[in-house]
Amino acid sequence: MEEKVFNPADFKSDQPVRWCAGCGDHAILNVLHKAMAELGVAPHMTAVISGIGCSSRLPYYMNTYGFHTIHGRAAAVATGVKLANPALTVWQISGDGDGLAIGGNHFIHAIRRNIDINIILFNNKIYGLTKGQYSPTSDRGFVSKSSPYGTTEDPFIPAELVFGARGTFFGRSIDVELKTSQEVMVAAARHKGASVVEILQNCMIFNNGIHNHVTDREFRADRTIHLRHGEKMIFGKENQFGIVQDGFLLKAVEIGKDGYTIDDVLVHDAHCQSNFLHQQLAMMDGNALPLAVGVIRDVDSITYNDGVDAQVAEVRARKGYDSLRDMILAGETWEIK
Amino acid sequence: MLEQTNVKTLDKVVVRFSGDSGDGMQLAGNIFTNISAGVGNQVSTFPDYPAEIRAPQGSLGGVSGFQVSVGQGVVTPGDQCDVLLAMNAAALKQNIKFLKQGGVVIVDIDSFKEADLKKAKFATDKPFEELGITPQRAQVVEVAVTTMTKAALEGTGLDPKSVLKCRNIFALGLVCWLFDRDLEGALRHLMTKFAKKPAVYEANAKVIRAGYDYGHNIHASVSTYRVETDNPRPGTYTDINGNTATAWGLIMASEKSGRPLFLGSYPITPATDILHELAKRKDLGVKAVQMEDEIAGVCSAIGASYAGNLAVTSTSGPGLALKGEGIGLAVMAELPLVVIDVQRGGPSTGLPTKTEQTDLLQALFGRNGESPVAVVAPASPTDCFTMAFEAARIALEHMTPVILLSDAFIGNGSSAWRVPDPDEFPEIRPNYLPADRCDGTWQPYERDERTKVRYWAIPGTEGATHRVGGLEKDYNTGAISNSPENHERMVYTRREKIARIADSIPALEVACEADADTLLVGWGGTYGHILTAARQLCDEGKKVAFAHFRYINPLPANTGEILSRYRRVIVAELNTGQFADYLQARFPEVKISRINKVQGQPFLVSEIVSRASHIMEEK
Repeated sequence: MEEKVFNPADFKSDQPVRWCAGCGDHAILNVLHKAMAELGVAPHMTAVISGIGCSSRLPYYMNTYGFHTIHGRAAAVATGVKLANPALTVWQISGDGDGLAIGGNHFIHAIRRNIDINIILFNNKIYGLTKGQYSPTSDRGFVSKSSPYGTTEDPFIPAELVFGARGTFFGRSIDVELKTSQEVMVAAARHKGASVVEILQNCMIFNNGIHNHVTDREFRADRTIHLRHGEKMIFGKENQFGIVQDGFLLKAVEIGKDGYTIDDVLVHDAHCQSNFLHQQLAMMDGNALPLAVGVIRDVDSITYNDGVDAQVAEVRARKGYDSLRDMILAGETWEIK
Repeated sequence: MLEQTNVKTLDKVVVRFSGDSGDGMQLAGNIFTNISAGVGNQVSTFPDYPAEIRAPQGSLGGVSGFQVSVGQGVVTPGDQCDVLLAMNAAALKQNIKFLKQGGVVIVDIDSFKEADLKKAKFATDKPFEELGITPQRAQVVEVAVTTMTKAALEGTGLDPKSVLKCRNIFALGLVCWLFDRDLEGALRHLMTKFAKKPAVYEANAKVIRAGYDYGHNIHASVSTYRVETDNPRPGTYTDINGNTATAWGLIMASEKSGRPLFLGSYPITPATDILHELAKRKDLGVKAVQMEDEIAGVCSAIGASYAGNLAVTSTSGPGLALKGEGIGLAVMAELPLVVIDVQRGGPSTGLPTKTEQTDLLQALFGRNGESPVAVVAPASPTDCFTMAFEAARIALEHMTPVILLSDAFIGNGSSAWRVPDPDEFPEIRPNYLPADRCDGTWQPYERDERTKVRYWAIPGTEGATHRVGGLEKDYNTGAISNSPENHERMVYTRREKIARIADSIPALEVACEADADTLLVGWGGTYGHILTAARQLCDEGKKVAFAHFRYINPLPANTGEILSRYRRVIVAELNTGQFADYLQARFPEVKISRINKVQGQPFLVSEIVSRASHIMEEK
């Protein structure tokens, strides 16, 4: 079949985008249009499924098939879509409240099953649509309308859940890092299996600047590291820092100082089956170690939908029934004349 | 057309205990007999000893049996048994011939090892296949009796030989659970039997509880009801229970619609057998998946429906409560969805293995907002096939969720069933978006004005990309709308869409007496009992007719006309009056009396007869 070339505009619907001015969602939406054009899957072969929340309005802005479902359940709906028609490329749009609080169970089970869907998790550490309550990713002590004296609970770190559920793909980006976001979204879509892309997203209204300690332009280069498979883990304005292994832990060093050379710096291997180092990398938070963006883990494993299809095909071939009636008549029956 | 049926229930149950002559089958059988007599049953027993007192253990010659019939009107121990307990392979081989078609076999699977099979002279390592025990022939309950007896007595200091002697009492505990026998009576008998051996009594008391609790924990249940068809039509027959019939009816609908069948489900008593059956039917291309919870079950089905499958979720009452929000989404997105509720006793966890009709109002109204769905209810085990087909037909042709209200009684109950020819069922024709409208001009909530059904454009179709969702949509454009007038219009449109299903369902039929002044009314799984009762009343010269509802929402179009013909309408149902209230609200001029029962048990024909007679004697 002829390869058709798509433009980002082919994926854009005619609906006015209603997110607040300055919301990080605008950038993510635009990047998603571009990523889909780069992937080259036709709009009618693409389905975008969302739950409830600010981010979950996204399907209305897509000229693909789209389904704005109910709070927390997008992963389960997306699982059904993919099983029913594996030829579709299925995206799930979710936020930290939708995906990790009310939808936490579906999130981990979708990952565990390795259903071939692409989960974009907008993490702004707040409930925006309900006007400012703390979320499962808010830090301990976070003050919000529902935690006026600060929360007394610890947050989830999305990557940790993904690895706990033995995820096969985890990537991360920041809403303003358009190129990185596109790179990670495209890789997520090409990955066969459940892909999770966490995007640190800024809510102007209820949680402005929550990611600033890593995302501020002033020091973003020094506090984040862009991981690329097969490349040295270096970062910093002048690429002067690197990640090395220090016993059982990782450590950020300045290359050429304290006896560390470029040879000591780790090379990223996103395809390593063991997730031990992937998890260490994903847990870096921009304090002692830089926050990792890019594709952190991307390994092959059989997908749930392929497993189901293969089993159906195998059993059908073995039993050889053509119809319900055939199947029943092959069992125990008797005649009444 | 519903087949005329007769329910034979609860009159008597025949249980056959069988095992090695050293297994204590006579003792277990005797205790069960005595406690049954103690609760007012008539009993008749038939001890079936081996010719040799001590034939080699585990051999065919060493099998001992004890058959007991308990219940009302018992005059013989019964020709064949409903439940067969087989403590080893030899016992199964010797006794399977005594089991009724479709009966239950409980086996100690620990006594089916290679050596046991050899002693019982099995030629292969597949004893059930060798004996021709198919799912139609018998429902096999495999229990690790020996292992669990040992586990129950661990640490008691009892010697291994004495421990093994308690296996029969474990099995007795399980049988007591199945037939609702209180353990106190059994314990009294054990106490008498082992008065001089307190350690043995203690061990047996422990083990009988372990067996009873095991039955409770696995929700073991047996159907002691048979529904039999009068004057069967010629054809090929098989034995089928309601849950299997439900699964097969859906497969038939899949064949007749060309839409692949998807089941998203989660295990729950007494609906799990539908998941089991459809999981097996991967051999017919069915995709049945066990999801992480009830909500994921319905939501995966909604996703599959959106993507073009005939999508189903199966559950019981508590699960229906969990699925409510998902069903509302399918109402709003106007997607086909079949929701099966095999009703059990409630509220909350309630009586998981018992039958009730208490989910009717939940099915009709148990969602937020104005959220109408179609509701249908099969009348018998075999009718589950027809009504599952109907639920799927209505869902696909009318783009709506349909709730199928089955129940534990018909779900587990079995009956002989004529295998239908596929030609007996109509083609199912969903309201697809016509190919000439796949040009980008179509709006997702455009509908056929005759039926109010929106067009179905399945993802993957070029030129028909669109968005749906739980937010209210504009009647014309399908875009999100907050307009008050539009919302009200959409509410009434969704309601009207369900109401117009009445144009495609059969009219309500009336059975029995032509010049009756009283109409007996039932719905769903109570059909057989009420019909039998109505016939008895007619035989007694009472002026009574009978109408049974399988279509609950919408009601058949002639419902009001039929009800208005009678001076008095008596609604009999297994709840506190939900269907009676529903009818009364719609037909306020009809004088409705009620026969209700909420004991987790089906009606007895006799109680319907006496209560209806009583009501008819009132002025």
